[in-house]
Amino acid sequence: MRVDPMQPELAIAPEPGVAKPDPVLTVDGLRRAFGGLRAVDVDHLEIQRNTITSIIGPNGAGKTTLFNLLTGFDAPDEGQWSLDGDGLVGVPAHRVAQRGMVRTFQLTKVLPRLTVLENMLVAAKAQPGATFRGALFGGWQTAERQNEEQATEILERFGLTAMAGEYAGRLSGGQRKLLEMARALMMMPTMVMLDEPTAGVNPVLIQSLLEHVKGLRESGMTVLFVEHDMDVVQSISDWVVVVAEGRVIAEGPPGVIARNPAVIEAYLGKRHGEDEE
Amino acid sequence: MDWLQILAAGVLATIGPVTAGYALSAVGLNLQFGYAGLLNFGHVAFMLVGAYGAAMTVEFGAPLWLGLLVGIAAAVVLGLLLGIPTLRLRADYFAITSIAAGEVLRLLVRSSAAEPLTGGVFGIQGFAGDFHALNPFTTSELYGFGQFVVTGRALWVILVGWALVILSTLLVARLIRSPWGRILTAIREDEDATRSLGRNVFAYKLQALMIGGGIAGLAGILFALEQQSIHPDAFQPRITFMLYVMVILGGAGSIWGAVLGAALFNFLFYATDALMARLQANVDWIGAILSPAEAGLIKYVLVGVALMLLMVFRPQGLLRSRDEGRSDAA
Repeated sequence: MRVDPMQPELAIAPEPGVAKPDPVLTVDGLRRAFGGLRAVDVDHLEIQRNTITSIIGPNGAGKTTLFNLLTGFDAPDEGQWSLDGDGLVGVPAHRVAQRGMVRTFQLTKVLPRLTVLENMLVAAKAQPGATFRGALFGGWQTAERQNEEQATEILERFGLTAMAGEYAGRLSGGQRKLLEMARALMMMPTMVMLDEPTAGVNPVLIQSLLEHVKGLRESGMTVLFVEHDMDVVQSISDWVVVVAEGRVIAEGPPGVIARNPAVIEAYLGKRHGEDEE
Repeated sequence: MDWLQILAAGVLATIGPVTAGYALSAVGLNLQFGYAGLLNFGHVAFMLVGAYGAAMTVEFGAPLWLGLLVGIAAAVVLGLLLGIPTLRLRADYFAITSIAAGEVLRLLVRSSAAEPLTGGVFGIQGFAGDFHALNPFTTSELYGFGQFVVTGRALWVILVGWALVILSTLLVARLIRSPWGRILTAIREDEDATRSLGRNVFAYKLQALMIGGGIAGLAGILFALEQQSIHPDAFQPRITFMLYVMVILGGAGSIWGAVLGAALFNFLFYATDALMARLQANVDWIGAILSPAEAGLIKYVLVGVALMLLMVFRPQGLLRSRDEGRSDAA
C-alpha cells in the first residue's frame, strides 16, 4: 500500500474551502464571468506549502480559467488571492512569475526556433544583459556563464542534456513538457502551476514525467496542477480539489475524493429523478 | 547589346545612396519584424518623421548636426507614441494601426494647413548644404573605372550611407546577441510563454519599435540629404512593403540579411530596368509589343517572380539556415 504523504495532516477535514496549516496560496471570493457564464466562482481555497495539489473537474469546469486568473493571464471580476502573503490582485503576468508563481500551458509553449539551452536562458532571473541598457553596454557574460551552468544542471536532471543545442521545435511532445517544466525551474519559483502536464504525452513517458513532478515537491516547491487523468491524480497528489461549473465542490486526499458522491455526480451526472425531491 | 552597361547599371544602383538608405531602413525593420515579430506596416512613417524632423530643424536656422539628432529623436518618439496604445493589441491590430498611422502622418504633412511648417505638397528644399559642404571629394569629378563611375557628390553620400548601414547593423548585432536580444526573439516565438517566464513583453516590444524606428528615421534623413529635398509623396506605403521584400529576401531575423536583401533587391530592380529599356529599344518584336513605359514596369513583375521563387525554394530567406526555417514544423 502507498504511504499517504498527508498522514500527519489527516486532521484537515475534506470539505471545500477548508483551512490548512502553512498555506502558500490563499484565494478569496474569486469570480470571473464570460457573459452569462460563471467560469470561476471560488469562495475560499488554500493550497498547502510543499504539497502536490491537483485540480480536477469535467471539461469546461473553469480549471484553466482559474489558472489564468491566478497567474495574471486574465483579470477577475472580483476577488483576492495572495502568494506567501503577497497580494496578487492586478499584478501583471510577468510580475506574478517574478514573484515566484510560474505556470506552464496546456498546449505546450516552447520557443521553437530557440535552442533548448536558449529556452532555459530566457527564464534566467539574474541577468543584467536582459535590459536594453545592459545589452548595449555589455558586462553580462559572467551572469551568462552562471546561468548556463544552472541550466545545464537542470537539463541533466530532466534528461535533456543531449538536446541542449537542438532547436526546441525538434523536441517530441513529452520532451516539450519536460522542457517547459525545466524552464520554469530556472526561475526558482515558490509555486509551479502545471496545466495538464500529461496531455498528449506518450504513456511510456508519463511515469517519468510524474517522477519529475514529485521531484519538484522534494526540492521544496509547491505544485498545483490541472489534470484529467484520474489514475495520474490518484498516484501523485497529496490533495485534490474538485471544480465543477467554476465552484470548488469538494476537496480532500485522493482516496477520499474518489468516493465523494458530489464528485461522482459532477463527473457522471445525476441519476434521473434524483434531483426532483 | 552592351551587357557591361546593364551590369554597371545594376552594380551602381546596388552600391548607390538609394540602396544604402533602403538597407539602413531595412536593418531597423529587421529588428522589429525579423527579431521581435512586430508587424510594423507603417515603417515608412519613421523615415518621414526622421527626414522632416531634420529638415524642419535646419529650416528654423539650427545647425545640421542638431537637425540629425532631432530627426532621429522624433522617429524614436513616434515609436513610443505609436507603441504605447497599440502594442498591447494583437499582432494584426497593431499591423492595421501602424499602416493607418503612416498614412495619416503623410497626409498631415502634405496638407495645406501644415504648409508653413512642412511646405505641404512642395516639401522642403535646400537644407543639406552643410552636409555637402563637408564633402572631401570634388563634387563634379568622376570616380571609379570604365563604366563603373560615380560623381564625387554621390561618392560622399555613398560612403556616409554605407558607414551608417554598417554601424547600425553592428549595433543591432550587439543587441541581438545579448540576453536582451534572446528575449526579443522569444517574444517573436511565443508572447505568452515569454510572459510566463517573467519578462515584460510590452516593454521589449516597445523598445524594439523605438530602436528600429530610430534607425529608419536616420534612413529618412539619409534620403533627404542625398536628394537635398523632401516631398511627402516620397513616403508612400509602397516603401514599407518594398522594405519587407528586402528583409524577407535576405532572411528576416538574420543579422546581415536585411543588408543583403536590400542590395539584391536593388540590383534586380535596376539591372532588369536597364535590360528591359535596351531590349525595348533594340529588339524589334519586343519594341513592337511593349512601349517604353511598359518595359519599365517589367522590373516589378520580375521582382515579384523572384520573391515567389524564394518563397517556394528558400522560405527562410537567403541568410538563414534551412534547419531554423524548418524546426517549427517538427
